[in-house]
Amino acid sequence: MKPPGRINLPGLVTLLAVLLLWEGFSRGSASLQLYFPPVSRILVSLYELMFFRELLGHLLATLGRFAAGYLLAAVLAVFLGIVLGYSRLAYSFSEALIEFLRPMPSVAIIPVAILFLGIADAMMVAVTVYACAWPVLINTIDGVRNIDRTLLHTGRTFGLGRWQALRKIVLPGASPYIVTGLRISLAIALILVTTSEMVVGGSGLGYFILDEERSLQTSNMYAGIFLVALLGYGANRLFVLVEGRVIAWHRRMTAGETV
Amino acid sequence: MHLLEVEALSKSYRQIGGESTLAIGEISFQVEKGEFVSLVGPSGCGKTTLLMCIAGLIPASSGMVKVNGAGISGPPKNLVLVFQEYNRSLFAWRSVLGNVLFGLEVRGKLSREAEDRARHLIGLVGLEGFERHYPWELSGGMQQRVAIARALAYGPEVLLMDEPFGSVDALTRLELEDTLLKLWQELKTTILFVTHDIEEAIYLSDRICLLSRRPSRVVRGIEIRLERPRNQLTTRADRRFVELRNDIYRQISDQAVK
Repeated sequence: MKPPGRINLPGLVTLLAVLLLWEGFSRGSASLQLYFPPVSRILVSLYELMFFRELLGHLLATLGRFAAGYLLAAVLAVFLGIVLGYSRLAYSFSEALIEFLRPMPSVAIIPVAILFLGIADAMMVAVTVYACAWPVLINTIDGVRNIDRTLLHTGRTFGLGRWQALRKIVLPGASPYIVTGLRISLAIALILVTTSEMVVGGSGLGYFILDEERSLQTSNMYAGIFLVALLGYGANRLFVLVEGRVIAWHRRMTAGETV
Repeated sequence: MHLLEVEALSKSYRQIGGESTLAIGEISFQVEKGEFVSLVGPSGCGKTTLLMCIAGLIPASSGMVKVNGAGISGPPKNLVLVFQEYNRSLFAWRSVLGNVLFGLEVRGKLSREAEDRARHLIGLVGLEGFERHYPWELSGGMQQRVAIARALAYGPEVLLMDEPFGSVDALTRLELEDTLLKLWQELKTTILFVTHDIEEAIYLSDRICLLSRRPSRVVRGIEIRLERPRNQLTTRADRRFVELRNDIYRQISDQAVK
């Protein structure tokens, strides 16, 4: 894995090359431009929409749902995952249910959520929570169950109570797994927020993208897509930054082993 | 009053068919304050199980463990177990210093003095300068030194050790034995040491409890009257050392055939 914070020059060159090709193709064919406007025009649209029109509002709406859904799911799933990882009984009761619900595409519950919660923010946050919870839940359960018994025995021989063991051994021991789940969920959160915005409408980047497509403002549509992509990229960078601080030991440990 | 008393302790396991097997059959022995006692027996005789019962990590089926005259239920406060698998017992997310501070932290004794004590012990086990390292950056022998420092920093009256040098190389093992003896003499901690290495037991101990095969019992208590401080070369070359070794070896191999 490349060290974080380093600029990947060859990667950047590829990205620029693709954008330049896009620009060239688009400019070369007038008939294509309606569906496939040149990058330069999209960027201008993005700039104008962002600073002189309503795009910033849509971005903030999406960002709010994204953050609320993701963070709620994280707290809920880590908590549940620890309970289910800790208690064999609780796990055996819920295992079948988890195995049944988990493979179902989460977008399938959007209609159900609309029935119960209408088309307000609550519904979009709810489906995001539902979808994001799975990877975190499964990984947390795995992490807790994989904690070495010797570690727990070590804790007990030093007089650690159950609650202390949770805080001082189980949580840090499972943290690399939990972080993996959280990383997967980050992408899922954005998918669910934009999808439900497309379905429900009203506000948000998902809604904006679809709306601009329907009014054949393709340059605006692509501007919206660029913005979602940037949002996802930014969220991931932020995640890696936090991850590097929280489980630096694990990154260095696994890096050391492969040398 | 004895510091540690094991009274008619037995442990049986229920197997899958519902039948129960006896792993430990009525073991009794005592350890006095400041003593270094080793439990020696053929492999599979339930030494680890016995130590886990004494540490209060698993319940005995019958019998009692008493520390300072009081029966235990659960891990006693003044007793710490050092495991054979140091790599599975150290906290990978804590530095050497963080690991050694662990026991003090649990007791809510994190202070300037606690850290001084931890640093002092890290020095005593020969790891000065490695305080900020992580366990996985250290060799096996060094990791077990961390585990020993961590246990001693807690200030236990009795240190239980389950084949602590069983998974390090032979040379490291000799070094660790001498480090342990030095610590024992300096800190006056009582040590109950489990090993299947007869020579190691003789070299370290004041007394050896020889265990039989499963279901294990104490076959014999053997006083080791070799002078201290002991020396890897002269002590092991001593005629009495060799006699003791042969004597114990004969007794153990007799049992293995039966």
